[in-house]
Amino acid sequence: MKRHTIIALMQDQPGVLNRAVSLFRRRGYNIASLAVGHTEIPNISRMTVVVESDEVEQVVKQLDRLIEVVNVTDVTYESTVDREMTLLKVGALNGNRAEIVALCEVFNAKVVDVSQESMIIEMTGSPAKVENFIEVMEPFGINEMMRTGIIAMVRGAKTSHTHKTYSVEGNGRVSTEALK
Amino acid sequence: MSEKLTGAQIMCEALIREGVEVMFGIPGGTIMPFYYAMYDYQDQLRHILCRHEQGAGHAADGYARASGKVGVCIGTSGPGSTNLVTAIANAYMDSTPIVAVTGQVATSLIGRDAFQETDVTGITMPITKHNYLVKDIEELPRVFKEAFYIASTGRTGPVLIDIAKDVQQSSTVPNWNVELNLPGYHPDRTFDHEEIRDAIALLTEAKKPLMIIGNGVLMSGATEEVRQFAEHMGVPVVTTLHGIGGFPEDHPLSLGMPGMHGWVHVNRAIQECDVLFNVGSRFDDRVTGKMSTFAPNARIIHVDIDESEIGKNIRTDIGIVGDARAVLQEMLKEMPQRDTHEWVEYIRQMQEKHQPKQHYMQRPPEASLMPYDVFTTLSRIINERGNYRVVADVGQHQMWTAQLIDWHKPRTHFSSGGLGTMGFGLPTGMGVAVAKPNDTVWVIAGDGGFQMTNQELQTIVQEGIKNIKVAIINNGYLGMVRQWQELFENKRYSGTPLSCPDFPRLAEAYGIRGLAVDQASAVEDAINSAYEHDGPMVIDFRVEREVNVFPMVPQGKSIGEMIVGAPNPVPEVPRTVEETPMPIETPLVVKG
Ligand SMILES: Cc1ncc(C[n+]2csc(CCOP(=O)(O)OP(=O)(O)O)c2C)c(N)n1
Ligand SMILES: [Mg+2]
Repeated sequence: MKRHTIIALMQDQPGVLNRAVSLFRRRGYNIASLAVGHTEIPNISRMTVVVESDEVEQVVKQLDRLIEVVNVTDVTYESTVDREMTLLKVGALNGNRAEIVALCEVFNAKVVDVSQESMIIEMTGSPAKVENFIEVMEPFGINEMMRTGIIAMVRGAKTSHTHKTYSVEGNGRVSTEALK
Repeated sequence: MSEKLTGAQIMCEALIREGVEVMFGIPGGTIMPFYYAMYDYQDQLRHILCRHEQGAGHAADGYARASGKVGVCIGTSGPGSTNLVTAIANAYMDSTPIVAVTGQVATSLIGRDAFQETDVTGITMPITKHNYLVKDIEELPRVFKEAFYIASTGRTGPVLIDIAKDVQQSSTVPNWNVELNLPGYHPDRTFDHEEIRDAIALLTEAKKPLMIIGNGVLMSGATEEVRQFAEHMGVPVVTTLHGIGGFPEDHPLSLGMPGMHGWVHVNRAIQECDVLFNVGSRFDDRVTGKMSTFAPNARIIHVDIDESEIGKNIRTDIGIVGDARAVLQEMLKEMPQRDTHEWVEYIRQMQEKHQPKQHYMQRPPEASLMPYDVFTTLSRIINERGNYRVVADVGQHQMWTAQLIDWHKPRTHFSSGGLGTMGFGLPTGMGVAVAKPNDTVWVIAGDGGFQMTNQELQTIVQEGIKNIKVAIINNGYLGMVRQWQELFENKRYSGTPLSCPDFPRLAEAYGIRGLAVDQASAVEDAINSAYEHDGPMVIDFRVEREVNVFPMVPQGKSIGEMIVGAPNPVPEVPRTVEETPMPIETPLVVKG
């Protein structure tokens, strides 16, 4: 099945995320990863969702139809920067610490916590690179792991909401306008 | 106005500001403050107390469909709100603009499984166009403004507002100068002229063009434009269940209904046409049959106000997102005149050959009352007398209503097309009757569906609603299901034989005149007596029990494969139609 990366901008209010992901649940699509956070526009948050499905056009249109969703793009076929972060707690005894640290350097990962038997490593990169790093760490024993899910951004000057402009009014409300 | 108002008073004021005159509902604990306030607004806001919240929801739906305004229904939290769910889902599927107002437990109790707490915004998320949980009184003016705006614009639909009890009880000076906060909502989208030009080009070259119209035509008030367009380009018109009334059936270009119980010549025309011009219909599976085989020879143009409908079920060559009326007006400006009489004649020949209604004319020798007798007589009388609205419930009688009554005017036929909700008929009819007090409203119900919501007869009595007449097509079965069992399950009548109360006596118990009819010869007098009686009436038509709806496309089959009329009893193998396509290949004359 094809993996699709979809970016949606939506009003930052209760229930929005539920509405959005419900559209995937309804079809029985599995969400591979989901990341939501604030954007450059006040009161607008951004969701990057990766789903496994051959057919997403309809969901994308239905996402767009949601009242609180301001903009949706399927960036699967665009050239994007994809990033993901992971925190790993690996078993690290005196004997293998040096080796772990050396590998971290190769992957540009950071050791953020060290204790007697373990250390926490923070690693950010493309999903493939993160995957690769996890593999490399596996022999040391991964005791705990959390991945943030992918966030994506289209390369170049184009934004994923190029055809709309946003302005924030005095009352904190967002207004959009079609540029066309 | 710098007076302090309670949240409940603000709700009343907001409704009045939105032009609401009638509401259908039932009170209860968490919505009591609203009812308390409503008492002072009785002159402006008529409240109709229903007997079940489903009835209130359907009544709001009927009111909206008949009036073109937003219908309003009210329920308390918990069971009141869950009882509304079916009606909301029904309105969602058929794009009816309603606003449902529900009480919610106090904000301090939300999430504690409080008495009669139900997460109704959660439950209705997938069946509303939008919904709100209001926990702050200051939000009320904006929320009501947005709710009515969302319900009534773009592709219309239901919106639910769930309001915590303490919000209704607290008070503030309302600020009515609020702006909508809907940056992601653009119901006023305009289409590209390019698409219009492409559509015109395609239609201009078509040899066998066909137009199919649905609810969108009625919602946008585009019936006149449809007529102009059809006549201008000589294109025959197919009306879906929800498109009924969008094009007069006595028009020389009117073909009738497509789909599972559509006519053979209509489905054949769809299978043969080379350009299918869909205006405001959503290619429901009851219309398309097996989707991959639908209209195999056609390029498809789809006009819909909802972008997500385009290409959803059927591959589409040209999608035009916009209001049906606006699009047709634009197209009319540039559409050259066409002459497609050869194609129309060809379809008429097919129609002649298959005699759409012939099956219904065959009657078992011992039959004293056939559904056909009721429907044809009713059709004649209502059309003679005029000013009618007809609401069907769901089942065989619903399809006979669509097939056997001659439809001419918009917003005269109301049906639960999307959800197929049994019990829809009577309460919806009540809402229609309230919206159109000068018209005679006929509710056509099955003996099964009528028993699902007949409690609303008492609402009708209490409210003094006189212009509603109920025709029960009583066949002693859940007929539509029985038909499937007969045709596809070897007559295993599992769970379909149905007993009924004595409906006329039941009506009398409500203080409503009741009448039973079991002879074809008595139908006309019975219907006329309903007109002569100044009040609601229930007529129990005790029809032949095992009559089927034909033609029929079996579930999942192509609409090219229809079972056409089979005399009762049905022969072992029902006859299916196969056609050779229209022989003409010469380009048709294009004028102007
Ligand atoms: C609420 C609901 N329950 C079940 C069904 C399934 N169903 C569709 S038609 C039908 C039979 C309806 O029987 P009746 O009201 O007597 O009408 P008839 O088909 O006999 O005209 C049933 C049970 C439904 N559509 N709605
Ligand atoms: Mg029945």
